[in-house]
Amino acid sequence: MEITTRGLWTLIHGMGFGALYLLAFSGASVELYRLTSPSPPSPLTPNQTRFLNVYLAAMVVLAWAAVFTGAYVIYPWYRAVPSAGTVNLSLFPQHLLMANPATIGWHSLGMEWKEHVAWFAPISITMVAFVFRRYGRDLGNHAQLRAAVLVFATASFVAAGIAGFFGAMLNKNAPVQGGPAIQLTRGGEQ
Amino acid sequence: MSLCPPAAPNTPPPLTNGSGAAAILSAGIGSFVLAVLAIAADQAKAIEAAMNFSKPTGALSGVTTVALLFWLVVWGLLDLRWRKKTIALKQTCIIAFVLLALSFLLTFPPVADLF
Repeated sequence: MEITTRGLWTLIHGMGFGALYLLAFSGASVELYRLTSPSPPSPLTPNQTRFLNVYLAAMVVLAWAAVFTGAYVIYPWYRAVPSAGTVNLSLFPQHLLMANPATIGWHSLGMEWKEHVAWFAPISITMVAFVFRRYGRDLGNHAQLRAAVLVFATASFVAAGIAGFFGAMLNKNAPVQGGPAIQLTRGGEQ
Repeated sequence: MSLCPPAAPNTPPPLTNGSGAAAILSAGIGSFVLAVLAIAADQAKAIEAAMNFSKPTGALSGVTTVALLFWLVVWGLLDLRWRKKTIALKQTCIIAFVLLALSFLLTFPPVADLF
């Protein structure tokens, strides 16, 4: 069982950073809603606020790591241009997709949208983390500020969701592969 | 004669909403600038070339770098101006939401290709 270096980076980008970010959203949204409620069901402790600060900071790191690895590690491999006369396009995902009318949309709509919309996720969640750090439980006393934070947190999830969906579909139709192979396990007897 | 009880000496002053408003509005502006730059780089060869900060990544590198820098500068300036003020948050939030919604819309290829 082996994986190529490019495949491993795609895994780190998509599953390591992107998917983990999407999973983290549910916890963040519930805690943001609960901790900043104008009338919380139970008294809040400083530990709860500190925990959410750390949780949101981790989400900020995941979101930025996802877009930077996507743009500067994976994307150059995706958009690599084959030399004239290249028949096997498996190492050139963008051109592989564009060579077939049935898959061209995954690039022209999927990648074209994903490569830009993904950046709204870290921008929005950075703002959310900053505002929560600045105001903490006091957000409950700023109803409009709290509503805006929840809207931007949701927008961040939607942006990451769009990017994640198209990322998965792109990699299904034209996987980013190549580079040295990394052997994970040796094959067993059949 | 004042009816308000005197403030406790150790009570911090209540936080104004200015800092939060600056963060929210600048996030909307930063997203919108990114979307506009993406369209501009897609439509004009000169802008695409100017945005080509990193050759392997292409114009995306410049579009995102410029937009992120713009966002951070706007955020810093707005925070400096609004930090100690109470801002009309309803209008600020509406503008930020509209900019964010437009950003999603403008990056959607069928819409971006209309320009």
